[in-house]
Amino acid sequence: MALARPIGILLAKELRTEFRTRELLISTLVFVLIVLVLFSYTFEPTTAESKRFGPGLLWMALLFAGSLMLHPSFTREQSNETLVALRMAPIDPVSILAAKILANFCFLLAAELVLVPIFAALYNLRIVPVLGRLAAVLVLGTLALCIVGTVFAAISSQARMRELLLPLLLLPLLTPALIASTEATVGLLDDPPALSAVYIGVLAAFDTIFLTVTWLFGEYLLEE
Amino acid sequence: MGTQALATLGVALLLAVAAYCALFVAPNEATMGLIQRIFYFHVPFGWSAFVAFAISFVSSIAYLRTRTPKWDWLAVSSAEVGVPFVTVMLVTGPIWAHPVWGIWWTWDARLTSTFVLWVLYVCYLLLRTLIDEPERRAVVSAVFNIFAAFDIPLVYFSIWFFRTQHPQPVIGAGGSLDPRMLDVLLLCWGATLALLALLLRQRYRVEALRWEIERLRLEAESRGSVPPGLAALRDKEYSA
Repeated sequence: MALARPIGILLAKELRTEFRTRELLISTLVFVLIVLVLFSYTFEPTTAESKRFGPGLLWMALLFAGSLMLHPSFTREQSNETLVALRMAPIDPVSILAAKILANFCFLLAAELVLVPIFAALYNLRIVPVLGRLAAVLVLGTLALCIVGTVFAAISSQARMRELLLPLLLLPLLTPALIASTEATVGLLDDPPALSAVYIGVLAAFDTIFLTVTWLFGEYLLEE
Repeated sequence: MGTQALATLGVALLLAVAAYCALFVAPNEATMGLIQRIFYFHVPFGWSAFVAFAISFVSSIAYLRTRTPKWDWLAVSSAEVGVPFVTVMLVTGPIWAHPVWGIWWTWDARLTSTFVLWVLYVCYLLLRTLIDEPERRAVVSAVFNIFAAFDIPLVYFSIWFFRTQHPQPVIGAGGSLDPRMLDVLLLCWGATLALLALLLRQRYRVEALRWEIERLRLEAESRGSVPPGLAALRDKEYSA
């Protein structure tokens, strides 16, 4: 694979940059926690109510966090003009995007590793029996968020008002992913828990389609 | 009289005839009565809007492949004409739904995906206003357009699994549309398509002129002077 090596090197670089400061990870964690606490004021968080509203608010919180934390992927590079250097490297420009998507995916999954247990405890939800299936939903849903989010961060970084623009572009486009991951999570909290094949299918289709579109058209965003 | 004026007059006449047929020629619907006649505006504007977005999507791909500015002009023009057409559909829908369904809005597959479509293309137009450099604007918004176009079927299918309340298609296999109703519907669609073509042509020419002004300005700047007339034109352009 001609893409694998540059992606690996760039991914290591992204992870190294983040773990030197850990600022993205920590601010995402705190942000989602705040949102989860705030949501508890909007309804009576008993187990029965939480089963109905919990999955939606978890995914809304992750979505909002994503639309904030994905932003630095490109602005970080811009402030030091390092994107120009990356583009001069003799690699397929798509690998720059792919590495950033993967890096953001790792960051968000790491945050979820901490957040989901806290969420379950705060809202009295039993996730231990469905842990494996929940992980599958989280992986597919987070990937959907990271693919489109990273590409749109590349778009918004080239415009004015970019902090505001990214959520505007991202949130409506993520409608199908939000519906599918929320509904799949609701199914897992049901009694007895059931994983909806339909919504897993929608998430998998979303990921596949937008990875392909990124692969075909993403490079245009990086040219000068 | 110029061709432009003739075309405008023709489209106006066609729209008037279509409206007359929709209101007086088409038969009364058995259960819904008069309110059903909004169907002759709701459906044609929707279909024409989809035609506009399809043009926009294809033009965006063509722009990325060929880098001919004309494709970008066509992409933005058809999106900008498509948005008000969808707005007509989104406004006439609830006017019909309130007496027939008893509610203004329901979150079913067609309604929601049309609404998301509208939001996405409003965002597309917004994105374009936020990038100043013409070529960057064209490339970046073309990529966004492609993402948006692929999203719509996904939105539709993800909501389709909730029970859908929107009336099922009455045209084609299994439909029960009176032939006279179909004739009027097709006439109305023809009229809205003519309107679409007229607006598209106008908007395309505006975009072409905008590009020309920008080019002249850059040329003048590279020669070290901006003629006062051109500077004024540009200011007017930006404030418009």
